[in-house]
Amino acid sequence: MAIDGLLLTLTAIVGWLVVGALGLSRPRDLRFISHILFPAGAVIALLLAAGAVAAIASPPQTRILALGLPDLPFHVRLDALSAFFVLLLGAASAAISIFSAGYFRTSEGTPPGAICFQYHAFLAAMALVLIADDAYLFMVAWETMALASFFLVTTEHRLPEIRRAGFLYLLIAHIGAIAILLCFGVLQGGQGDYTFGAMRAAHLSGGWPTAAFLLALFGFGAKAGLLPLHVWLPEAHPAAPSPVSALMSGVMLKTAIYGLLRVTFDLLGTQLWWWGVVALALGLVTALFGVIFACVQTDMKRLLAYSSIENIGIIVAGIGLAILFKAYDKNLIAAIAMTAVLYHALNHAFFKSLLFLATGCVLHATHERSLGKLGGLIHRMPWVAWLALVGTLSIAGLPPLNGFVSEWLLLQAFLFTPSLPQSFVNMLVPVAAAALVLAVALAAYVMVKFYGVVFLGRPREANLENAQDAGTLERAGLIYLAAGCVLLGLFPVTVIGLIDPVNRLLVGAAALHPGLGSWLMLAPLNPDRSSYSPLVMLVVIAAVVLLTVYVVHRAYHGRVRRAPAWDCGFPAQTPQMQDTAEGFGQPIRQVFEAFFRMERELPTPFDREPRYRVTVEDPFWHWLYLPVARAADRLARLVGFIQQGRISVYLVYSFVTLLTLLAMVR
Amino acid sequence: MTAIPFYAQIINLLAALLLLLSFAMLAQRRVLSLVNLFAMQGLSLALSTAIVAYGTAQPHLYWSAGLTFVLKVFLLPWLLHRLIRQLDVRWDVEGLINIPTTMLIGIVLVVFSFNLAVPISELASTVTRSTLGIAMACVMLSFLMMITRRKAIPQVIGFLSMENGLFFAATSATYGMPLVVELGIALDVLVGMLILGVFFFQIREQFDSLDLKHLEKLKEGE
Repeated sequence: MAIDGLLLTLTAIVGWLVVGALGLSRPRDLRFISHILFPAGAVIALLLAAGAVAAIASPPQTRILALGLPDLPFHVRLDALSAFFVLLLGAASAAISIFSAGYFRTSEGTPPGAICFQYHAFLAAMALVLIADDAYLFMVAWETMALASFFLVTTEHRLPEIRRAGFLYLLIAHIGAIAILLCFGVLQGGQGDYTFGAMRAAHLSGGWPTAAFLLALFGFGAKAGLLPLHVWLPEAHPAAPSPVSALMSGVMLKTAIYGLLRVTFDLLGTQLWWWGVVALALGLVTALFGVIFACVQTDMKRLLAYSSIENIGIIVAGIGLAILFKAYDKNLIAAIAMTAVLYHALNHAFFKSLLFLATGCVLHATHERSLGKLGGLIHRMPWVAWLALVGTLSIAGLPPLNGFVSEWLLLQAFLFTPSLPQSFVNMLVPVAAAALVLAVALAAYVMVKFYGVVFLGRPREANLENAQDAGTLERAGLIYLAAGCVLLGLFPVTVIGLIDPVNRLLVGAAALHPGLGSWLMLAPLNPDRSSYSPLVMLVVIAAVVLLTVYVVHRAYHGRVRRAPAWDCGFPAQTPQMQDTAEGFGQPIRQVFEAFFRMERELPTPFDREPRYRVTVEDPFWHWLYLPVARAADRLARLVGFIQQGRISVYLVYSFVTLLTLLAMVR
Repeated sequence: MTAIPFYAQIINLLAALLLLLSFAMLAQRRVLSLVNLFAMQGLSLALSTAIVAYGTAQPHLYWSAGLTFVLKVFLLPWLLHRLIRQLDVRWDVEGLINIPTTMLIGIVLVVFSFNLAVPISELASTVTRSTLGIAMACVMLSFLMMITRRKAIPQVIGFLSMENGLFFAATSATYGMPLVVELGIALDVLVGMLILGVFFFQIREQFDSLDLKHLEKLKEGE
């Protein structure tokens, strides 16, 4: 029996809205909300994901809804691209919903019922964005998504800094939305028909396609966190509750990627090669910037937020590469790059959600976000610590986990680049590949810092001794995501088989070819040049580890002596002697000093109470945002001059305007 | 020159009356008389709309006329009377500019409006086209009245009377706006009036007066 994926998606959207409305009807009933509503939302998400898997390979389905304005109905469409992102949404949000069931409790801020409503409205809006087939529905869903997430970010709205973070997010979301609206305006090509079907058929002349692409890059970049519109991420993520951070970082950023892919590869018929260079450069700069700032963060959620910026940078760089190949009709390699993009988007949804949820557990157990006050939690919270380790290794890009596969595929795509006819691009690409590798390596460094400081070593504060491990529901969500990371890493061929219909839709070629590789061995293009088999890798790693343990155990068995540790001349060791987050990040801070705006207070040797203080600021505030804000302020003052405070004067203004206009039109 | 039909002559007469009433309002200092003049203006407007409806067989204009009659002859003047009684502001109002100067500016405005209306009247095909200039002059004069008054209530009357002028302009240029739009505007005016009434009480509460110069303090500090 064929499943109607579109109908299933619409049903899921309605289901989520019903769940949300039920939450609103009993806003203070925490047991009802957490034991019935959130699990129900998770079940809907799982069903949605299962339906989307079937829908990826089936032909596109369209439908016209009897909603919207008169003569302007909503169009919806589910093709391979939509279905893939619906799959991402369902698969990741199922875990986050289960986790949320155990996470949210009554607080000073928004009541749980309202959170439940906002959360499910957010999910429904994201699903609607993915299946929208006209600009009207797309923008309505897009703005609903922004609003729902704004209210979720400001859950603790009694704190002024959280309101401020929420406002910044809303502001940048709106700037982006304006650009997207203009982009659709350009795409419809003057016919006044805003369905995506008409945009595909529209023939744009001259510089208009470029204008549409740049507007899309700007608008969707604002949502995704591309430079220089990334500043909301490090503010909004620490402000939001952890499941919301997970949802925003893991899933919502991907809707922006979806939008960019939809406009660039689907609505715009042809691509120009230099768009690819622009996207590639912007993506790499974003990736490097994000990872360098992640290195020096001392707040664990800000660190993860900067890491999200880095991952989005990598994804956009991959999109740039795909555009570049597609523009030169190298569809096979474009398919590899596109696979890397989609694979990485899926991976990021899993491991970043996992890590954000883990920080949520740590936050609940310790009430502490600052890395400097955590440590040694692996003894108190073993479940969270071990599951977070899976996420950490994945995001660091270590085989045989999932992060490695997508990054490896992207590097493969880079390595095939020298076959392009543009010598300029050919010279550029090695630099870009090096930058990518640098970003990936630094990401590993960031994750060592994150995991080491939070979970390893000894507790830096006394109250950490009382930390509680995650509850059953939270644990279930984390296990699901960690299992996802492992499986996505172990069976890349299956996953790429799932992605291939999208590749065929977007770049007109598939990444997998019969005869090259097998279900065990991933070999894009040419098995002689490169191939990767995660299962074999896993077996080898496991064998080496077991062998080593065995040998060590045999060789030293019985000769273990328990005695006081060699204490380097220090008779007592305190947790303060451990390496701190600042200390660990210090070399990077030195090397990339030019990137930061840093203020440092070093104590002199004669200080009675020596204090070391360092603050690192985002230079974009000073380069871009503050000048703009100051200019707006100046302009407002200039205009404020005509504010006299007398109603008669104001009336004279409009009267004179009226008379002048009348005299002019005469 | 073709003969002007009888009903059109009556419309012209009413239009002239409308203009005259506008000038009377501009010159009137007493608030209560101002309200009565406003009611009379409403009456002549309703009458002229009804005659246009009769003369051109436009049934929807009867509705407009009825609506205008109820709203502008009874409801709004009654609301204004009640407000004035409750706020106890029956005394004379001083203008910002003295009355003769205001009248002179008003005459200039009437000339300007007539001058402006000539090309539009030539394009319009309605029998009432010659009254377009008067309608625009009414709008201008009401606007002038809002500018020159110092107290809040005369300003609101000016605002309402401006709506009268607009309504008349619509009738004379195109036989009225669609009924939906007219209903919407009528509701707007009514709601606006109610809200402004609330504002008056708030303003008086705050400043012990309805003199608008107190509002100048609300300006953002230097």
